[in-house]
Formats: sequence, C-alpha cells, structure tokens
Amino acid sequence: MTGDEQEPVALELDCRGMLCPLPVIELGRRHVEVPVGAVVAVVTEDPAARTDVPAWCRMRGQEYLGEDSAADGVARYLVRRVG
Amino acid sequence: MAPDVGSPAHAHLDAAAGAPLHPAAREVLEAALTRGYADPRALHGPGRDARLLLDNARELVAECLGLTRDEVWFTSPSDAVHRGLLGLVAGSPRAGDGAVLSAVEHAAVRHAVGWHARRRDVVPVEVAVDPDGRVDPAAFSEATRAPGAAVAALQLANHEVGTRQPHERLALSSGVPLFVDASASLGMLDLPRDGWAAAAGHATSWGGPSGVGLLLVRRGTRWANPLPGDPEPQDAGGGLPDVAGALAAAAALRATLEERTEVDARRRRLVDRIRAVAATLPDTEVVGDPVDRLPHLVTFSCLYLGGETLVRELDRLGFGVASGSACTASTLEPSHVLAAMGALTHGNVRVSLGRDTTEEQVERFVAALPDLVRRLRTEVGL
Repeated sequence: MTGDEQEPVALELDCRGMLCPLPVIELGRRHVEVPVGAVVAVVTEDPAARTDVPAWCRMRGQEYLGEDSAADGVARYLVRRVG
Repeated sequence: MAPDVGSPAHAHLDAAAGAPLHPAAREVLEAALTRGYADPRALHGPGRDARLLLDNARELVAECLGLTRDEVWFTSPSDAVHRGLLGLVAGSPRAGDGAVLSAVEHAAVRHAVGWHARRRDVVPVEVAVDPDGRVDPAAFSEATRAPGAAVAALQLANHEVGTRQPHERLALSSGVPLFVDASASLGMLDLPRDGWAAAAGHATSWGGPSGVGLLLVRRGTRWANPLPGDPEPQDAGGGLPDVAGALAAAAALRATLEERTEVDARRRRLVDRIRAVAATLPDTEVVGDPVDRLPHLVTFSCLYLGGETLVRELDRLGFGVASGSACTASTLEPSHVLAAMGALTHGNVRVSLGRDTTEEQVERFVAALPDLVRRLRTEVGL
C-alpha cells in the first residue's frame, strides 16, 4: 500500500491457515459488515489471494487498495467497500 | 454414480491433456510396431526397416509443416522443449546468457529457463501479458534488445486459456533467436512462416501418441546440444528413437491437417456455445481471447467455488474437465497463467474438445453447468 496516511481498517478478517477459495468466501460474506466507504482487510498466507482478492474487487465492483503485512508478517489485503 | 469413462454418458472434455489416438495413428501404429522394432542405426535388415519408417515419419512431418526433413527430430515432449530452447543459448555466439520469455509459458519452458538461469546466475526477463493473456509484441521485442539477451521464448498459443500470441508482429533483436513452444497447438495452428529458430511440438495436440515430441530446428540456426550427447540435434537426444510412435504421430498429423477445416470450425462453434453460457453465470469470468485463440479450448472461473470441487462434481455428472486452480495443483500455488492475467484463479474450469466431441455432449454440459454452480454456491452460503 502506498501513501503516508494509512486508512483505518474497520474489519480485519483472520484467514490464516485457510486455503483458496476460503479467504475470498470470507470476504464475500463479511464485507457487508462495514459501512460503505470503510476498509476491510483479509489476512492470509494463501498465495492465491494475491490474485483473487483484486479479482474479487473487479468482479464485485469493490475497490482494491493494495497489500501490506499484519504484525506477524502474514500478507494483508485491503479492500474498500464501495457498494 | 458417475458414468463409466468411455461410455457415451461420459464426455471427455479434457482433450488438451490427452485424447484417444486418432484412428489414422492407430492403424499405422499397429503396422509400425510389427516392422519398426529394431534400432534404426543398426546395419541389419530389421534396422534398415526401422530406419526407413523413421525417415518416412520425418519426411511426412516436414511436408505437413512446410519444413525440410533435416529440420525435424523426434524425442520426448519435454526434451523437445528443454533441448530446443537451451540449444539456442548453447549455440549462441553472443556473450550473454539472458533469456526473455512471456509470463504465461508452459511449465516445461519455465523449468528450462529457470534451470539455465540458476546455473549461469542470471535473472530471466518475464514479459507481462494483458488480461487476455497476450504479450505486447513491442514490449516483448524491446526486451530482446537488453544487453546480454541470448534467447527469447514465446508460445504459439496458451495451453490454459487458448490465446494466440502475436508472432507476426514481433521484431526481435537480430542476434536473439526465438524458441516457439507449439506443444499445445500444433495441428490446430500453423507455425509462423519465419522469424523462429527452434520449436517444440507434442503429438497429443494433434491426436498422436502422448509420448512423442517434435524438436524442430531451422536450417542455418546456431544450435548446440546443451545436454549430454553429441553436439548436433538427434532423435531422442541420441538414444533409441520410438520409431513406431514417430510414424503414428506423423500419420495423425497428416490426418488432422486434412480434416482441420471441418473439425475446427465445429469445435469453434461448440466452444462459442460454452463461452456464451458460461458468460451468463453469475460471478463467473470467461478468460482468454474470444476469437484469436486455439479452436478447441475455453476457460472460465466461478467466484467462491473450489476448482477441485468443480472437477469432482462435473466428473460425477459425466464430464471430464481440467482446472488451473491451486487446490488441483501439486503445489498450493495457483496457475501462473491466470495470475499473470490478473484473472480469478479459484473456481477455474478448462474445457477442451476432442475431434469427436459431439454437439449433444456440449449441450448436456451447458445444461448441467448452471444448476451445479448454483448448488455449490448455496453450499458455501453465497
């Protein structure tokens, strides 16, 4: 993720240990828990998520913000709920 | 219970991975096994017989592909890729060791390039693809102008999504030879008329025996054997060639080219039908170029579904398909092809039609698909 000001994450989904497509299923089910405009994060070691979270955003009309890391170094994918 | 494989109720829709021998090959194989069992390099009668059959096979393949017989060698499919590609580096008079390849090459090409790169301590240059899986010909050509570039590899068409690569628009650096992996497409698509130095083919793509590969090295190419063996190209890398397999592969290639117009027009129509139905499924992405592609193959991905689940459930319903999803691979890595395209990697289904796939089978498939996707989505609660 680029930029200095890190947006607050409204909901962090702990998908550690889950294999594809479970992290994206979790995202698909639970992103509606945050208000429109807020950020959802998916934390997972699943290598497919690097492609599939942006693809989910494209297919579902949500905004992919990029990738950073959780405190334990596991990849974290950030999504803004648009609708 | 799943219909028996081979019964009319089971439709084999994974022809790209393996198909029954073309009837023309089956006939020739029987005869060739009877007569072509000896070492074609031996000086006795059976050896001369085998030599004659092997030369016939070479001549026939050369004729089919518009090449000369000294440009055609029979070997295993992966050896054709490994030796074909790396032989261009070994034969290059240039100082460099660098390799340029598209991001969507087959694993055999990637393994050859990776093996070479580790030994010479170089980093291969991967050229990105667009969402259809096609390289930008200008960017690919430009990459070959980098100092140290010694070889370029670009497939004829992609084995997972079918997209044809823009060979006719390449303008490579003049000293960098091009290797073309045609393993997924020979028999369906023509090799570029010129501009390439070596190529590989796999008889599975034209209905020949699955163990037969073609190593094609153009006349005048600087090619040197990169692996143990004599420096010149040889059948089977200098080992005992599969004479009967070569002749059966040659016969299948000729028969396939003779019927190509008719068979491929039908397959294109059936693929279009599957594409159209898949495109109507909710949260489903059909990937690969819709027109400029292999005639027999279509790939789509269904959001929230596992590729393995789709393959198993479709098999239960009587359809054999492939998947590029991570859960169906030996590693947990998703398909590098789909990832390079930015396409959804899970819930992936690759359908490839054989020469005798029927309209009835395809209609059965497109009738079953929407219900299956709906049912599996309900099971995951989405």
